[in-house]
Amino acid sequence: MNAPCTRDELMTVTAAHALRDGAVCFVGIGLPSAACNLARLTHAPHIVLIYESGTLGTRPAVLPLSIGDGELAETATAIVSLPETFAHYLQRGRVDVGFLGAAQIDRFGNLNSTVIGDYAHPRVRLPGGGGAPQIMTHAREVLVVMKQSPRSFVAQLEFRTSCGYLAGGGARAASGCPGQGPRAVVTDYGILRPHPQTEELQLTDLYPGVTPEEARAATGWPLQIAEPLRALPYPTAAELEILRDLHARTRSAHAGPIRITLPA
Amino acid sequence: MQLLPLRDAIASYVRDGQSIALEGFTHLIPFAAAHEIIRQQRRDLHLIRMTPDLIYDQMLGMGCASQLTFSWGGNPGVGSLHRLRDAVEHAWPQPLQLHEFTHAEMAIAFQAGASGLPCALMQHHLPSGLEELPQPRIRVIHCPFTGVPLAAVPALNPDVTIVHAQQIDAAGNVLLRGITGAAREAALAARCVLVTAEEQVEQLNAGPNSVVLPSWTVSAASIVPGGAHPSYALGYYARDNSFYLAWDEIARERASFLAWMQRHVLAARDHAALLRGLGVAA
Repeated sequence: MNAPCTRDELMTVTAAHALRDGAVCFVGIGLPSAACNLARLTHAPHIVLIYESGTLGTRPAVLPLSIGDGELAETATAIVSLPETFAHYLQRGRVDVGFLGAAQIDRFGNLNSTVIGDYAHPRVRLPGGGGAPQIMTHAREVLVVMKQSPRSFVAQLEFRTSCGYLAGGGARAASGCPGQGPRAVVTDYGILRPHPQTEELQLTDLYPGVTPEEARAATGWPLQIAEPLRALPYPTAAELEILRDLHARTRSAHAGPIRITLPA
Repeated sequence: MQLLPLRDAIASYVRDGQSIALEGFTHLIPFAAAHEIIRQQRRDLHLIRMTPDLIYDQMLGMGCASQLTFSWGGNPGVGSLHRLRDAVEHAWPQPLQLHEFTHAEMAIAFQAGASGLPCALMQHHLPSGLEELPQPRIRVIHCPFTGVPLAAVPALNPDVTIVHAQQIDAAGNVLLRGITGAAREAALAARCVLVTAEEQVEQLNAGPNSVVLPSWTVSAASIVPGGAHPSYALGYYARDNSFYLAWDEIARERASFLAWMQRHVLAARDHAALLRGLGVAA
């Protein structure tokens, strides 16, 4: 009997499983940060977490709200400037795993986090690329984490912020791009991975209690199903307890009032 | 370096129409300086900052700027910057011209500016949508030695850069501790550097590899305790995450935003009054 859990918890635990101990991870805020720290607190105690604020090897006790909370600075092995973070660590090839989300993804793992609608007159202005385009280029591999729906898993992106496999079929590798791109897309239905030849994302892993038809209906292109389709494990009670404790500590820390003492 | 009250520093050095960078990546964001610019009603500024954050959400919503150079415009961990979105989506309170980069590009653009170079270089492999806009900011060139493609990013040289720091010593040297982002690069790239600091001390007990802006690189400095709130100053106070969460509701509608700015920024004579009004300072 599985303990009930939310879709966010399911995705967080599955993403954490994808991280090996000792890997150097370039971490984004939100679910990626939760997954990386869950991995650190469970099977991967030696995972190295780099947040793009330049905090290297952080071990936060509570999850940061921003990419540069004091908690990250105080628990880091070192703090470096942003030019160093992106040049000496990311561009130089010292990052194993990058972790990204986006508003939209297409069948070749290209991501949009810039606009919905026309760039000059957008219906929705999204935050923009930030670190994502270079993380997608230089991290040895990228994990994408997104909830699956026909509005977010689309046939055609409205803007290409970060490049996955371009139009597929080896186009990415032919560009000389050092990183392998989005090797896995963790969703609330399962995991999508690029087909070995076409590089089109296909459903390779499914959660218990979900059907391939449901995953297909949540996708804006005709989603291919890999053979054999693997069954994902459900989060264990221990994993859920550690994750919920982490979130509870975090909520309590973020609600705390700040006091600044002014000189008399 | 002149030590001036913040009001006088802004009055003397910040002019309408300038390009101005208030830097600090999540940490040491110079909010007090931004509020003073808002009080003094500067207009038509070209705002430069990697992460516009709440600080530029406030300046854009109060009509200080007509251009924005940036690389990620959200409320970190919370969601949208509603005033930035309103400016881009509905030209409120005025149209906003965007100059959009990625973090890596902006970081080295400041570095090139600080180095006296016209542009910065980085590896180029995959074309992003930003390069396919009508007037791309990034151009692809080739390495003269190896022939590999490189992205050239134009240098950033703000007219004025403002940074917040922990300490200034008696001689006017400025110490930044903790996450420094691209603050040092943005400062040294600027034609004029203004600093706000938590306190003045006789001597900085900074190690030899610390991030110090020598006094002779700084035009003016002001002592403003709490000057980074709701951002933070490592060693002084923590990031006010509950305020960042609350801002989502405050800034969602024009009326609630304007009422908040009137009550807490325009009606406060200085930053200490603002902090007392928010119940943050005793």
